[in-house]
Amino acid sequence: MPFTIGESVLFFGIISLTTIVIRFLPFILFPENKKTPGYIAYLGRVLPYTIIGMLVIYCLKDISFTASPFGLPELISAAVIIVLHLWKNHTFLSIGAGTIMYMLLVQFIF
Amino acid sequence: MNKKAKAFRAALPYTLPVFAGYIVLGTAYGILLNSKGYSIIWAVLTSLFIYAGSMQFVSLSLLAAGFHPFYACIMTLTVNARHLFYGISMLSKFQGTGGKKPYLIFGLTDETFSILCSATPQNEIDKGWFMFFITLLDQIYWVSGSILGSILGSIIHFNTNGIDFVLTALFIVIFINQWKSATNHIPVLTGLGASILCRMIFGASDFIIPSMIAILFIVTVFQNKIESENTTCHLQ
Repeated sequence: MPFTIGESVLFFGIISLTTIVIRFLPFILFPENKKTPGYIAYLGRVLPYTIIGMLVIYCLKDISFTASPFGLPELISAAVIIVLHLWKNHTFLSIGAGTIMYMLLVQFIF
Repeated sequence: MNKKAKAFRAALPYTLPVFAGYIVLGTAYGILLNSKGYSIIWAVLTSLFIYAGSMQFVSLSLLAAGFHPFYACIMTLTVNARHLFYGISMLSKFQGTGGKKPYLIFGLTDETFSILCSATPQNEIDKGWFMFFITLLDQIYWVSGSILGSILGSIIHFNTNGIDFVLTALFIVIFINQWKSATNHIPVLTGLGASILCRMIFGASDFIIPSMIAILFIVTVFQNKIESENTTCHLQ
């Protein structure tokens, strides 16, 4: 352990509390018993559609197109998921096949 | 069958992709935490009370940088800022969930958020319990993974290289579903486009907050255009 027990409790405690504060903040600012301002309600409707795209990019953030393997395992697997999902529309099939494809690519090919 | 059991049975299948992802990533976290000299107790406590996967991994690298509580706080704010968007998106959906609400808010991780956003249970299913069980199951998977990793330590090596892609796959599938269900594609394209652009400009480690600002800016500027067409998150 790099820290003493007390320091560790404080360290992880601060991270825990900060995370909790961030997660609760919108609900504290806009409680149920008050009418949510129209603009915030609008954000609540529109943001879900923007964030998933951001999460996809967040997951793929470390790929590099200038160094081997040029993001190929990720792009190929993502393409498999997209084609399968548009074709069969079966969530587990798309996720399972895409993940197995990625594992095969990174373990045996790239 | 009572209300809770029905909600549980409806929730379980939605969490299976997260099960695969969280068990593996949780195990990786447990192994790494163990390698820093922290026993199983710490794995359980951090996964119970922090319960934010990417931040827990970041905290491991902070351990090496010396004891700086203030810096840890700032890093957490930066890494977890995206959760503000999740909260705003769930304001109306969590309404009327009563005593379950604080836990729904506490457990709102990336993965839980993405499921709550896209899952559509049948009408007779109680929405509050449905969301509660998705949140609870996801955290059980994460804590179990951490415990597993912390017990295994570095003794056993599975070749699970690449299995963490299951979470990327989950987000891609949800993205496609959103694309198909949206009548107006501006929000979906905004999220994707702004993030790609910010990733190119700011680099892999600093692009999330600029992306959030860019997304807010664009959806605010185009509010009238976007609102003129119907766009809502599914589960109502």
